[in-house]
Amino acid sequence: MVGIVSYGTYIPVYRIKLADVASAWEKDPQEVVHSLGIEEKAVPGTDEDAVTIALEAAFNSLTAFRGKPTDIDALFVGSESHPYAVNPTSTIVGELLGVGHNYLAADMEFACKAGSAGMQAIAGLISAGQVHHGMAIGADTARSKPHDELEYTSAAAGAAYLMGAKQLIAKLLAYTSYSSDTPDFWRRDGIRYPSHAGRFTGEPGYFAHVVGAGTRLLTTSHMKPEDFDYCVFHMPNGKFPRDVARRLGFSKEQLSTSLTVDHIGNPYSASSMLGLAAVLDIAKPGEKIFMASYGSGAGSDAFAWETTSLLPRVQKIRERCQELVTQEILKKQYVNYVEYLKKTHKI
Amino acid sequence: MKVYITGAATTKFGELWATSPRRLAGEAVGGALKDAGIGIRRVDALFVGNMLSGMLGGQEHLGAFFAEELGITAPAFKIEGACASGGLALHNAVNSVLSGQYDTVVVLGVEKMTDHKPEDVAIALMGAGSEEERVSGVTFPGLYAILARAHMREYGTTREQLAAVAVKNHYHASLNPNAQFHTTVTIEQVVRSSRIADPLRLLDCSPISDGAAALVITSKKLGVQILASSVATDTLGLAQRKSLTELKATQEAVKKAYTLAGVKPKDIDVAEVHDCFTIAEILAMEDLGFFAKGKAAGAIAAGETKLGASGHLVVNPSGGLKGCGHPVGATGVKQIVELVDQLRGRAGARQIKGAKIGLAHNVGGSGATAVVHILKK
Repeated sequence: MVGIVSYGTYIPVYRIKLADVASAWEKDPQEVVHSLGIEEKAVPGTDEDAVTIALEAAFNSLTAFRGKPTDIDALFVGSESHPYAVNPTSTIVGELLGVGHNYLAADMEFACKAGSAGMQAIAGLISAGQVHHGMAIGADTARSKPHDELEYTSAAAGAAYLMGAKQLIAKLLAYTSYSSDTPDFWRRDGIRYPSHAGRFTGEPGYFAHVVGAGTRLLTTSHMKPEDFDYCVFHMPNGKFPRDVARRLGFSKEQLSTSLTVDHIGNPYSASSMLGLAAVLDIAKPGEKIFMASYGSGAGSDAFAWETTSLLPRVQKIRERCQELVTQEILKKQYVNYVEYLKKTHKI
Repeated sequence: MKVYITGAATTKFGELWATSPRRLAGEAVGGALKDAGIGIRRVDALFVGNMLSGMLGGQEHLGAFFAEELGITAPAFKIEGACASGGLALHNAVNSVLSGQYDTVVVLGVEKMTDHKPEDVAIALMGAGSEEERVSGVTFPGLYAILARAHMREYGTTREQLAAVAVKNHYHASLNPNAQFHTTVTIEQVVRSSRIADPLRLLDCSPISDGAAALVITSKKLGVQILASSVATDTLGLAQRKSLTELKATQEAVKKAYTLAGVKPKDIDVAEVHDCFTIAEILAMEDLGFFAKGKAAGAIAAGETKLGASGHLVVNPSGGLKGCGHPVGATGVKQIVELVDQLRGRAGARQIKGAKIGLAHNVGGSGATAVVHILKK
């Protein structure tokens, strides 16, 4: 059985209120907050990027790991803000983590599902007996052009999952994926900010793929929405995950714990992985979690997890280290719009 | 005029991401031919109304493009007149039949807008404005907001009266299976929707849409008669006009149309007017002679032009551009399809009892082109 051995998260301390972004562009703040369903978002520090955020999350995932960093046989980092076009994030993270050199490193790119694609790849490698432990990280300092509607939600955070076949805190009951050539959001090489096709990102993009992957997972696993205690989705804004949960037959109660978007916005590759962490932080042993990521371009990875009796130990360690998602959300310092522009290197 | 409409059909309007322009055209023309009871080989010419295929899709040469799709080698023409492209295509088709050049022709209005980025669509639509307006950065919501402000100042038109147009047209659209929106809205929802160009809010504006509509036009005395087809033009830009509370092109086009048809405003039972923004329907109601200047907004808000009201005239039973959607090149043709359905008594839940004479009003830009058609049962 493949599953999660440990996990770690990282949310930068800085926040900007959406109302402040709206005011800078002479938009009605209330209107923007209401339409997106988000109050504030996480902002990276000046010296933070996808590498540092991935590393912070990876370090935190090792706090509760009983093994050594050199036990990690594979390390995949998913991001759409890798600092280098050529030069892997994964080897920088691996080196600083002390993984050694006998491991498979790879950077993943698939918009907001690059991290969850790494989780599925590592699950496959473990199942095949190729590796004992693998780490999948989703980390982003999400890019958005000033005055684009993405600017209201694009955020920064990371989540790392150390996966294995023994000492599991959550078993991977089933997983599936759903992909198509749907150009709803893109960034060409050398171009600083992503482009998107407005409302096209909704129905033919997010909803078609998340519902596609989710339905396929429920069918192949012979499970129903009511069999799960929690559900987690990619969270590009406050409305989409609530809508897709309803369409798939999940309740507000099943969804609410995972909605990190309400507090920190959309950290792209880390979004659904952070939502999963928020659920794992409070779940009891024997509970089932449904998860579906989404990456533009487009695809969705769906997972069915079941927590084990080993989870409470990790929860306690995370709480003691002030690393629970809820604790990280509360550690915050607000910046104004000019400071936000400086921290994201726009001025 | 001895010109008749024997076939009329429209596709669903909306965000039709999975449907290509070819499929839209095939569905609309196929429906119109079926309605007319003729095959494609009977078609002498094809008139295509479209505005944006070149700027958005990179595809000009639309006459041949759609002739190929329909499997014909008949003469085919693209007619462009911004959002009045559909009405202009029908006008040219009517003239071609009247001249005796052709006996039976098809008019196709078609537009594919939602596959493109909103900013690209906004830029392309500004191709209908003047160069000065483009350079200044204004877009059509801004231009119509200027008209709305002028009307509010001169006639005391209120924000709520503007909203009443959207409320009525969304209600009508809720009864139209082919409409983009089937949700009704309230005055409060319109007034509180996102601000686009003050005083216009999101729900004052027609949407970006995909869709197609088609007509079969013939000299044979069958179906619905076209009593009048008229066109007038005005300056492209607002700055060159004497008045901002009326559209002169509409006034001139309808004056000619009433004369040609031998009817008066009070004779019209049903009208499809160009409500690209809520203020546009108010202007249209006055410029078409249905109400005196400054009186339309109050009448619309009082429900006088709503389906089921005691008033004689029902306006935009299809839902208009606001509720039914606005695939710009298709709109002018869809208006005629709606009138044909109403005059033939086959409009279903939105049928106006006893409708005998209908008027369609199609506008390009902020009033630089106006096309008016009057039809009789």
